[in-house]
Amino acid sequence: MAIRINGTETRAPADPRVSLLDLLRETLHLTGTKKGCNQGACGACTVLADGERILSCLALAVQFEGRSITTIEGLAGQDGMHPLQLAFIEHDGFQCGYCTPGQICSAVGMAAELARGAPSAVTTDLGAATVRFTGEEARERMSGNLCRCGAHNGIIAAITQTYAGAAL
Amino acid sequence: MKPAPFDYVAPTTIDAACALLAEAGGGALVLAGGQTLMPLLALRMSQPFIVVDINRIDALKGVTRVEGGTRIGPVTRQNDIITDTILAEALPGLVTATQHVGHHQTRDRGTVGGSIAFGEPAAELPAAAVALGATIEARSIRGTRRIAADALYLGPYATALEPDELVTAIHFPDWPAGTITLFREVARRPGDFALVGLIGAFAVTGGRIARVGIAWFGMGPTPIRARQAEAALRGQPAAGLDARGVAALAVADTAPFDDHHATAEYRRTVGERIFSRALAEASVLF
Repeated sequence: MAIRINGTETRAPADPRVSLLDLLRETLHLTGTKKGCNQGACGACTVLADGERILSCLALAVQFEGRSITTIEGLAGQDGMHPLQLAFIEHDGFQCGYCTPGQICSAVGMAAELARGAPSAVTTDLGAATVRFTGEEARERMSGNLCRCGAHNGIIAAITQTYAGAAL
Repeated sequence: MKPAPFDYVAPTTIDAACALLAEAGGGALVLAGGQTLMPLLALRMSQPFIVVDINRIDALKGVTRVEGGTRIGPVTRQNDIITDTILAEALPGLVTATQHVGHHQTRDRGTVGGSIAFGEPAAELPAAAVALGATIEARSIRGTRRIAADALYLGPYATALEPDELVTAIHFPDWPAGTITLFREVARRPGDFALVGLIGAFAVTGGRIARVGIAWFGMGPTPIRARQAEAALRGQPAAGLDARGVAALAVADTAPFDDHHATAEYRRTVGERIFSRALAEASVLF
């Protein structure tokens, strides 16, 4: 079985030790996904596995046979960048840019979670079919993505512009 | 690619997984969500010969109601606990505790069984299992047994599970309707391990505390049950509780460490405060 990465079928590595992150970066040369801490603390390696955000450094590539992975390289469409990518530029949602691919993949996953009503620690209406976008929700839900430059306010502004009030 | 070499197997049945663990003679490790194991492998702090990936065993997933309680499959993802309708009803305290486990990304992979079996002393789920009176079902080719969460934890990351045993379920007993759960956690940032945390469940019948379970996390080498506080509360009238007195008893059962995050004294002081305030707030609801 193969791993589908940004729509392309890829063979799983023969060595089970290869993390999903290393497969992306070292084998496929998809270097958009970044290796920060390599131990699940920073969020720079966040990718989407069947739409769910996961940390690719904490996953063995072989575990994802038969599944579909989307990285930052796979977010842009035929007609250009993803709206969230454009919003990050508009709002200076980065400085050095190292955490940015993880931030963007994470926020795309977050929007899907709000749409399907997955509550967070700050959600008050637990019965709602969808969770309303608020700055507090965004901050709580993006807490797994660190930015050492301190661009968090720009990041939240970009996410807010893209998802607040949008039909999720 | 930093881990030491290992063989990878992904069985699809519990029996096959148990056979592999038995065959490995202690050289195997079980991979569930991997959110703790993967860094340990990468840092070579853990060097198994075989990694047994249990993610393809469907029988280990999901939440079901059973006689007198709720059964949680160990490979149920932490984020699935948060959105589960059975648990929202039966174990709201567990849901709250799970919302504080790591970050969204780690909860999409991280499992209930993985966290409980690993036994990080500052983690939320082992303490929740202790406070709520869970039992852990463990299977090996030698048979199946149940271990009270209370008796599971022997030291930091050390449990009563044998190397050939696989956690096959976590059973949480029902608590009466109207049970109040307290959850408090003090951490430097959201998602960090707790400096101090507590979870408690209180069932009040006829104005008295009929049933109580309280456990600390981040307050010693294991999750720690606040036995003296539980004994002081059990059977007592819910009105007019001496929250400060009970908090002092609760802290008396802890054994926190000094480390580079906080001193033991800090943990005791903060623990007593959060316990006392939480109990005073909850007693309004009793």
